[in-house]
Amino acid sequence: MNRFAELLDRLAYEPSRNNKLRLLTDYFRSTADPERGWALAALTGALSFPHAKPGLIRSLIAERADPVLFELSYDYVGDLSETVALMWPAAPANPSAERPEDELSLTRVIETLATLGKTQLPRQLAQWLDALDETGRWALIKLVTGGLRVGVSARLTKAAVAALADQNAHHGNVPEINAREINAHDIEMIWPGLAPPYRELFAWLEGRADRPTSSDPAPFRPPMLAQALDDADLSGLNATDFKAEWKWDGIRVQAVAGKQDGYPAGALIKRLYSRTGEEISKSFPDLLDSLRLPGAIDGELLIMRGGRIQTFNVLQQRLNRKTVTAKLMAEFPAHLRAYDLLADGDEDLRERPFAERRTRLETFVARLAEPHIDLSPLIDFHRWDELIAARKNPAAWGAGADAAAVEGVMLKRRDALYLPGRPKGPWWKWKRDPFVIDVVLMYAQRGHGKRSSFYSDYTFGVWTRGEQGDELVPVGKAYFGFTDEELSQIDRFVRRNTVERFGPVREVVHEADRGLVVEVAFEGLQRSSRHKSGLAMRFPRISRLRWDKPPAEADRLDRLEAMLRRIEQGHLEGQTA
Amino acid sequence: MTRPEDILVPSPSGVCCKLGGFHIDPTRPVERAVITHAHSDHARAGHGAVLATQETLDLMRLRYGENFAGMTQAMAYGESVNLDGTKITLHPAGHVLGSAQVAVEANGLRVVASGDYKNVADPTCAPFELIRCDLFITEATFALPVFHHGDPDAEIGKLLHSLTLFPERAHLVGAYAIGKAQRVIALLREAGYRAPIYLHGAMQAVTDYYVKRGGALGELRLARGAGKTDLAGTITLCPPSALNDLWTRRFPDPLAAFASGWMRVRARARQQGVALPLVISDHADWNGLTATIAATGASEIWVTHGQEDALVHWCAARGLKARPLDIVGYGEEEEESADTAASEANALPLGAGIRDDGGA
Repeated sequence: MNRFAELLDRLAYEPSRNNKLRLLTDYFRSTADPERGWALAALTGALSFPHAKPGLIRSLIAERADPVLFELSYDYVGDLSETVALMWPAAPANPSAERPEDELSLTRVIETLATLGKTQLPRQLAQWLDALDETGRWALIKLVTGGLRVGVSARLTKAAVAALADQNAHHGNVPEINAREINAHDIEMIWPGLAPPYRELFAWLEGRADRPTSSDPAPFRPPMLAQALDDADLSGLNATDFKAEWKWDGIRVQAVAGKQDGYPAGALIKRLYSRTGEEISKSFPDLLDSLRLPGAIDGELLIMRGGRIQTFNVLQQRLNRKTVTAKLMAEFPAHLRAYDLLADGDEDLRERPFAERRTRLETFVARLAEPHIDLSPLIDFHRWDELIAARKNPAAWGAGADAAAVEGVMLKRRDALYLPGRPKGPWWKWKRDPFVIDVVLMYAQRGHGKRSSFYSDYTFGVWTRGEQGDELVPVGKAYFGFTDEELSQIDRFVRRNTVERFGPVREVVHEADRGLVVEVAFEGLQRSSRHKSGLAMRFPRISRLRWDKPPAEADRLDRLEAMLRRIEQGHLEGQTA
Repeated sequence: MTRPEDILVPSPSGVCCKLGGFHIDPTRPVERAVITHAHSDHARAGHGAVLATQETLDLMRLRYGENFAGMTQAMAYGESVNLDGTKITLHPAGHVLGSAQVAVEANGLRVVASGDYKNVADPTCAPFELIRCDLFITEATFALPVFHHGDPDAEIGKLLHSLTLFPERAHLVGAYAIGKAQRVIALLREAGYRAPIYLHGAMQAVTDYYVKRGGALGELRLARGAGKTDLAGTITLCPPSALNDLWTRRFPDPLAAFASGWMRVRARARQQGVALPLVISDHADWNGLTATIAATGASEIWVTHGQEDALVHWCAARGLKARPLDIVGYGEEEEESADTAASEANALPLGAGIRDDGGA
């Protein structure tokens, strides 16, 4: 546990990707099975301990610390595991406790947790926490509650594991590995068929065994993501190299069907995955039925009602439900808008150019002939000015009644292979311009994680007529969009202009002539009964600090209401203040 | 009967003694000021008259120039003066060289304004002296039970270990220019580190002064004069803000360390781009604060700059009357270092004091 904790600790402070890779690879090389396999599982998020909830950790500390002091500390530190690790009282010397040389291994923690009953868990955890130092406690709590968050993605970890083969290739004792360098992508390909502690994977990488084969008939394939496009990028690109589609405001999914060996002919394993590979089949049984042909579709999950794609607001009402009832499915019918085909039957299409995959996709969707699955249409453009016009007015450029669910355009190179990750160049996303308004800062709260100790969560308001003249009404919250420098400026402003404190929240001065005006950008507006203003913004963020503007000149609620009416009428284009 | 409020009253620009006609550590220019220590958030220029220890006055002069105040009066620890019916005595606060607690007595009541303090050993300043009093004004910089500063020698050990792990990298240690930098150097020497220690130019004048006051710090050199290859595997002290500055380009593969109590919290270390956090603080930690408050015997506690809420809560739970003071402008030593970092270009050549005591 100590070595693993040390690794996490160093990773957490190491900013450089290359140094993180080095630290990880060194760890995997110098640690034996099965310990390193469990570490790999922990770092790739493959482990879960259903009984070890953050609530359990909270109750353990509640037995040992003043609740008010705990809350203040947690608010300051911004991370539950770290707060508890730091506050955990020094254990009284106990002769029956584990001797220090009796080192607690990661393997022992995981194996113990696998068999431990729910009622025994609190005592066992407390005993381990007593035995560990601050770093060890921090790592243990992170591990069991899930979410290590040390700035290492599953993919980076796999790249580090893959690098074990490099070392081996240098020894030149395995022809297969010499012939082809192994990278994270190769590991992703076989990952769905592997399970912790991954002995066969390490054996293959170290040249002691053959490549493990995946036997999953309906695996998740790591998705290809698009880079954000700036207007300036466009001039360097050639319009004839690209196809364009609408960027749909739903959730990205992968719909996979595959033949299972040993099952009757025609029986398919069907699965729906989220962008991160989480299986979400159970939430969308209505869509699953439609996957009648073996293959893998990459597309957008949307709600289709009366032949019209609904906005994200509508989709959200279905997403937030725990159980899927017939009524819910009837009211919010799931729809898959397909934009790529990764596999057709047994054939992997990912190494084919996009233009060819698109043709295959069109045939595949036609063969399916399912009302709940259709094609994401291509935008008919030949020059960039045409695409610019289409992005401004999707309804007039083919999106028609579905324009309310369009949040921009996607550009895909005709020759783009399907590459996992976010390669720069082949795919671009170009969101429509956001809406912006000038608001007045009213309340600020300290952030969590990287932002802890900074006032980084802001509630802001606009003017409206009240009983005693103009008053500010809160219209939203934002906690990103600013630079580090701007954050420290706002933080200083908050600390120096606090008029009242409510626990972690500070009310800051907001009068007609005193206060801070900020420009807020947002993606959409909807009516909301939960907010006093009757409005809720989508994806609001700080776009500019307006030190120059007196609060009296910030926007009024009327302006937001006018925007909302325009949005509801399908006029979607954002505007600059 | 006299109440503590009759002796001292909090105001937005610092604690004020109406009876004696002076402020303690005022954040705006006033006629008469008593200054606890030389950090810029407590010691500002432009007051009519300043009463402080000789060291504090000297350090203020180094920072602000000769005319930082209309007139000055130096007082030794334990010495007293009477100001309009109040008796003022300075006692060591253990925070940095010259730091003092201010005891104010009138009508049989004693109030102690501690300024910043720490109750652990520091080779570069006089140890904290506990003064029993009726009202104690405490700082609250690290007043949360997550702050345990631990053993500074162990943190120095981490730094020395890193030097052996990365002998090709220059180790830059961010440290406040007054107090922390000199303490880190002294701790390194106590740990047996004999190699020359390099300084950022902004550290020079103050370090020079520390050496002059009798604290031998071994051989010190300015980083500015050294060649890049000479700096491999060395330790350089610099203001925290210099850690992410262009200034670091003169070093081979620099590794950023930061000696501060804030380093206990990961997010704080990460925000500063620190790869080697060293938990070394010149403030009392949670246990230090609570133990000191209890030991003063004060029945009333005023809490200022930092995590006031937690300490007020702790006091209330023990039946002590406690209130937070909302004084704007304290606890910004980190910003202070940004100014000093910028001043390296204007720093003077290596001072005589450093050279004379070099290697001693």
